[in-house]
Amino acid sequence: MVRFENVGLRYGLGPEILRDLNFEIPAHSFQFLTGPSGAGKTSLLKLLFLSLRPTRGLVNLFGHDVSLLGKDQIADLRKRIGIVLQDFRLLDHMTTYENVALPFRVIGRQESSYRKEVIDLLRWVGLGDRMDALPPILSGGEKQRAAIARAVISRPHLLLADEPTGNVDPTLGRRLLRLFIELNRSGTAVIIATHDMALMDQYDARRLVLHQGRLHIYE
Amino acid sequence: MTRDGWCCTRDGFISMSRTDQQLGPLVDLARERPQVPAKARNLSPIVPRGSIAGSALVAVVAIMTFLASMTTGTVLLVSASAAEWQSEVASEITIQVRPSPGHDIERDAAAVAEAVRAQPGIVDIRPFSREESAKLLEPWLGSGLSLDELPVPRVIVARVQPGTALDLEALRHRVKQVSPSASVDDHRAWIERMRSMTGATVIAGIGILVLVIIATIISVSFATRGAMAANRPIVEVLHFVGAGDRFIANRFLRHFLRLGLEGGIIGGGIAMLFFGFSESIASWFSGTPVGLSGTGGAGGADRRNHSLGVATDPACDAQRNRLTEQYVLQIPLRQKTF
Repeated sequence: MVRFENVGLRYGLGPEILRDLNFEIPAHSFQFLTGPSGAGKTSLLKLLFLSLRPTRGLVNLFGHDVSLLGKDQIADLRKRIGIVLQDFRLLDHMTTYENVALPFRVIGRQESSYRKEVIDLLRWVGLGDRMDALPPILSGGEKQRAAIARAVISRPHLLLADEPTGNVDPTLGRRLLRLFIELNRSGTAVIIATHDMALMDQYDARRLVLHQGRLHIYE
Repeated sequence: MTRDGWCCTRDGFISMSRTDQQLGPLVDLARERPQVPAKARNLSPIVPRGSIAGSALVAVVAIMTFLASMTTGTVLLVSASAAEWQSEVASEITIQVRPSPGHDIERDAAAVAEAVRAQPGIVDIRPFSREESAKLLEPWLGSGLSLDELPVPRVIVARVQPGTALDLEALRHRVKQVSPSASVDDHRAWIERMRSMTGATVIAGIGILVLVIIATIISVSFATRGAMAANRPIVEVLHFVGAGDRFIANRFLRHFLRLGLEGGIIGGGIAMLFFGFSESIASWFSGTPVGLSGTGGAGGADRRNHSLGVATDPACDAQRNRLTEQYVLQIPLRQKTF
C-alpha cells in the first residue's frame, strides 16, 4: 500500500533529516513509529500524508508515484488517509458532531445520509453526550477522541496518529490504543508515532525506529 | 463493526467488530455517559461567520459603499437638477427696466411690457410690481422696505414658446426704443456658467467615485487577506480531511461574498436613509432665513435643498420663479446699485 525507496528529506539547504528510507506499509498492518524527539517522526508522517514531498527517492502511495501527482489527485488520496495530530486540530466554531462529520461534508454528502454513522461513532468513542459541545469546553481526552473519530469516520485505508496518547493519562491511553487495534482489525493500516515505550509494550506490533535520520525496522 | 454503523452493543458494552468476526468487547468508552437520540441538525458554516476579521471586512465594505453611493447619488442629482434648471431658465427671458433721470419707471415698465408682449414667440409675460419687488428683497434688506429711496429696477419675466427661435436682437431693439434704460437678458451667461459648473461637479464626482472604487478594492483585498490569515487553521484542517483547493476556495468565496453583500446592504441602506432625510439634515445646517414666500417666491425647503446640492422637486413653478428672482436680484447686488 505504501512503499518508500531511498527516500531522503531536507528542509531548505539544511542537513538531510531523513536518509535512505526503504520500507513498505502493507494493507491491514499495524506498526509503531518511534525514536527520540527530533528524530523525524513527524516529518515522516508528513511525507506519508503528502504534506511534504521527498527531496529524493520514490514514494509510492496506493499505487501512485506521489511525485507525479497534481493537487487534486493529492486531495483525492488524502481522503483515503486519516490523520490524528498531537494538537488535535479541531475547529473551535463547530460542535464535536460537526467536526467529526467534516470529512463527509467535504465530499458533499447530505447530513441525513451520515447522521447515524457519526452519532454511532461518537457514542462508540464515548462522546455520545458531547456531540453538541464545542472543542474549547472539551477535556484533552475528549478532544483526542473527537480527533480520532474525525480521522476514522470515513474509514480510511491508512491511519496516521502522531503521539495520540501524549495528552491523556495512561488509562485513557490504553483505551485509545485498543481503539486503534479495533480499527486495524476492521481493515485499516495503522501507524502510531510515539516515544511512549509503555504504550508500545502493550501491543505486539511491528516497530519502525528512526535514529539519526535512518529507519530501523523490528518485525 | 457493522456495515451501516460503527458499534454493536453486547452485555452493556460497546464493541467494534466486523460482521464476519466476533471479537470480545474491547472498547467501553461509551458506557460511562448517557446517550442522546439522533436528530436532524443545523450545521455550522465551515468558515465561521462571526470573527473580528470578518466584522472589519463588513465595516470596510459598508463605509466604502456608503461613500460610493453618496458620490454617485450626489453627482446624478446635481446633473439632473442642472439639466432641468437649464431647460427651465432657457425658456424664459428677463427684462430689467432701470430707473433713470427724467423717466417714470412705472410708465416705462408698462410700455416695455406691452412691447414684449407684441413680440412674436412670447406667450406670457409677468411684470413684477413695486410691492412684489420689495417682497423679493426682504431676505436681504428686511421687511418694511420703501423702494422709493432705492433705485431698484423693475423686472419683467417673459415666457418663450417652446421650440420657437426668438429674435432677441429685434426684441432688444424694440425694448430700447421704448425705454433706453431697459435691458434684455436671455440667461445665456448664467446657463453657460451653470453648465460649466455642473460639468466640473460631475467630473469631480466621477473622479471621486473612481478613487473610492480603487480604495474599496485595495481595502477589501487587504481585509480579505487578513481574514484569510485569521482562518488559516481552518484551511489546514480542511486539507487534512481531504478537501481540494477548489472546495476550500468556494467556501471562502461564499463567505466573503456574503460579508460583502452584508456590508454593501448596510452602506447602501445608510446612504438611502441619508438621501431620504437630506432635507431635514440640510435644515439643521441651513443659515438661510425661511421664507421667501409670497409672489413668485420659493419655499424654504427648496432653498435648503440647493444649499446641499440636492434638488428634490426642481420642476415646481415656485422654483422656476425663485431662480429668476435670485438671478435678477443678484445682478444689482453685485453692481452695488443699492
